[in-house]
Amino acid sequence: MEQIPLLLDGFASALTPYNLLFVLIGAVLGTAVGVLPGLGSSMAVALLLPITFALDPTAAFIMFAGVYFGGLFGDSTAGILLNTPGQSSAIASTFEGHRMARNGRAAVALATAAIGAFIGGLISTTIVVFFSPVLVTMATEFGPAEYFALAVFAFLAISSVVSESVLRGIGALLLGVALALVGIDGPSGTERYSFGIPNLFDGIDIVVVTVGLLALGEVLHAASRIHRDPSSITLPTGGIARIGKQDFSKALPAWLRGSAFGAPFGMIPAGGAEVPTFLAYGTEKRLADRRQDPEFGKSGSIKGLAAPEAAANATAGTALGTLLALGLPTSATAAILLAAFQQYGMQPGPLLFQRSGELVWTLLASLFIGLVVLLLLNMLLAPVWARLLFIPQHYLYAGITVLAMLGVYATSSSYVDLYLLVGLGVLGFLMRRFGMPLAPLMIGVILGPLAETELRRALAVSEGDPSILVSSPITIGVYIVLVGIVVVSVVQHLRHAREDRRQQAA
Amino acid sequence: MQRRTLLHGAFGAAVAVTTGAALASAAGSSGRAEARSTLTLIAPAAPGGGWDGFAREAQQVLRGASIVNNVQVVNIPGAGGTIGLSQFVGQTGSEDTLLVTGGVMVGAIALDEGDTTLADVVPIARLADDFAALVVPADSEIQDLDGFLAAWKENPRGTSIGGGSLGSIDHLMSGRLAQLAGIDPKDLNYIAYSGGGEALNSLLSHTTTAGSSGYNELSDQIEAGTLRALAISSPERLDGIDVPTFTELGVDIAMSNWRGLVAAPGITEEARAEFTAIITEMRESDEWKDTLQRNDWTDSFLTGDDFAQYIADETEQARGIVSDLGL
Repeated sequence: MEQIPLLLDGFASALTPYNLLFVLIGAVLGTAVGVLPGLGSSMAVALLLPITFALDPTAAFIMFAGVYFGGLFGDSTAGILLNTPGQSSAIASTFEGHRMARNGRAAVALATAAIGAFIGGLISTTIVVFFSPVLVTMATEFGPAEYFALAVFAFLAISSVVSESVLRGIGALLLGVALALVGIDGPSGTERYSFGIPNLFDGIDIVVVTVGLLALGEVLHAASRIHRDPSSITLPTGGIARIGKQDFSKALPAWLRGSAFGAPFGMIPAGGAEVPTFLAYGTEKRLADRRQDPEFGKSGSIKGLAAPEAAANATAGTALGTLLALGLPTSATAAILLAAFQQYGMQPGPLLFQRSGELVWTLLASLFIGLVVLLLLNMLLAPVWARLLFIPQHYLYAGITVLAMLGVYATSSSYVDLYLLVGLGVLGFLMRRFGMPLAPLMIGVILGPLAETELRRALAVSEGDPSILVSSPITIGVYIVLVGIVVVSVVQHLRHAREDRRQQAA
Repeated sequence: MQRRTLLHGAFGAAVAVTTGAALASAAGSSGRAEARSTLTLIAPAAPGGGWDGFAREAQQVLRGASIVNNVQVVNIPGAGGTIGLSQFVGQTGSEDTLLVTGGVMVGAIALDEGDTTLADVVPIARLADDFAALVVPADSEIQDLDGFLAAWKENPRGTSIGGGSLGSIDHLMSGRLAQLAGIDPKDLNYIAYSGGGEALNSLLSHTTTAGSSGYNELSDQIEAGTLRALAISSPERLDGIDVPTFTELGVDIAMSNWRGLVAAPGITEEARAEFTAIITEMRESDEWKDTLQRNDWTDSFLTGDDFAQYIADETEQARGIVSDLGL
């Protein structure tokens, strides 16, 4: 338990007014970029990087950590209130969160999200403090075969739960995989579906897909129905952000389950926070089906929101841990933080704790401080955000459109991205109009390239021998669990079908 | 009423952040200002990437040492920097803009066979070098470069090398090593990763036999004893780095992940001389010495026709390797 005195020292040096100021700046800025569609914490950190040359490293990293966590606190706000998630890590929170908001529980939903993000961050940061050496060995156990097994697992585990119709689900999934194929293929350098347009060589940015399909698509959908459903114009907001005892005890197990999904995924470079959020959402949906929860999928289940929120923030803590202890960036923001360390002449990795121990422990302590600040900030802001819904729809959606366009243009200064954004927005509108689920498409975009690249890496290393895919305890374990899930759902499905038939006969 | 004010405040702040971000990234003013008063540096990479870091370090020094009054960095990311390059070539005669370039762009140009090359721009200066190291995990049976080459010749496909994306110095170095070791470059089993961190992880998880990455990214792992360095791609031994070079081990490889600046085509001789003077002044400043030290970059200042010749040689070598690799 040598960590405790070190952490206390960290608190001692983090709790200076100067450092606290930067925690606060980071938290506010992170929440702001999280709320706005198209702007993410990775971009905020990248843009802040040059400004921090003048700061001492401790203050700079404390601010960055605040931005990182803040982005994940703020990202679900727009999704919950308006069904326009600003970042891909908030997609899973949007499903049940927006249903809650539509049913007049917007403030409760926002509070659930904030507490979920707090719990997820708290658990994963604690894990980092006490177990970072163990994390490092775990991360190095993962080769391409293990990543591929995880991707297959996530594909099946997620797509079976997020869509009502199998055919439409698979259609949307394939559409997502097709979008992800655009660009230069990493392992071979071949151009795919880029039509010779240089701006497509690096593929379609996930930010463009998320904002186009989900935010802009929703705007177009709302616009198309603006005189048809008067009911959607005014949503009751349900007072201030207070979460009742009953709601709290309902959400608590979901927060913990979500953190359990998020924490391990933060350690491995498997696309950031999206996969565990979907897995957490899928688990809650299964549990709700089994308990015949009347809220899930209808009036909005607090559990279906709590789990993915906690999962998203739990990845951030362990991702920082992996970055510090191994030098392995497992998310876009972590990759930029790695560059930040290098600019200060430090190299995250096995020697960072010895060489810059004081900085590391101050940073870890400030993560805890940052989480508390963010929790307070978001609980206070929740009712303010909820009042966004009182803005007349045409102003509100026009504002979202402008912000979405600005955000996407700011990332790449490319007109091609703007055309893509509009195109994807129309696609998102059409899919909503014709009842195609959007979540499988996003899963395809995120997991498709991961599965493909890792499969090809595994086979390249094994010289084409497929047995490498099942050659380690981790891969075998993942596939066994997968088969178990498939068997259970087939049995459940058959049983339901039989019951339905019996009911029809009766 | 108070709530409404708060809301307006929140929205105002939100708009301010977005606009600020958009301006910071997209501010690409042209105008006929003198390079000494306003200079734009184009980083052909996303914010946070390698060239972006280089551009922003240069921005700090140019401003901090009062060499240029107002320096802006504009990001034009994509396709190994070639998107930035082709847009820059379109700004013919622009006398207040420089493009950051380097070894990765040479590789990317060789790979994508585009119409625009570094021959279309005016070389100003090479400023820094960063070298790649060939490493194996510490528990590998391979002890030195000879051992690696022997194992490689015995089983070319089964010996995989992990490193950065295709066209990176890691990839080109692996191809060149295959050429020199008498291995058919088409048998090179190169596993491309998107960054040094991931390539490092592939070594620690024993996915690949060997790996190549920037020495600075690996130095701590080497020092901590988790990796063993076989050779480094610098032409001579570097101060304080106890790793043999390829040349002293009898393999003719000297490659660097260099970084430099180029100007737009069609500028006048005076403008070129002025750019060179500005960058020379920057390189000689104390601030730049700090920057080099902090980033562990090796000073490799080269200007004028020597630099142009260097780019031409690099381009030719990269093309040769890429065509031998069959890409």
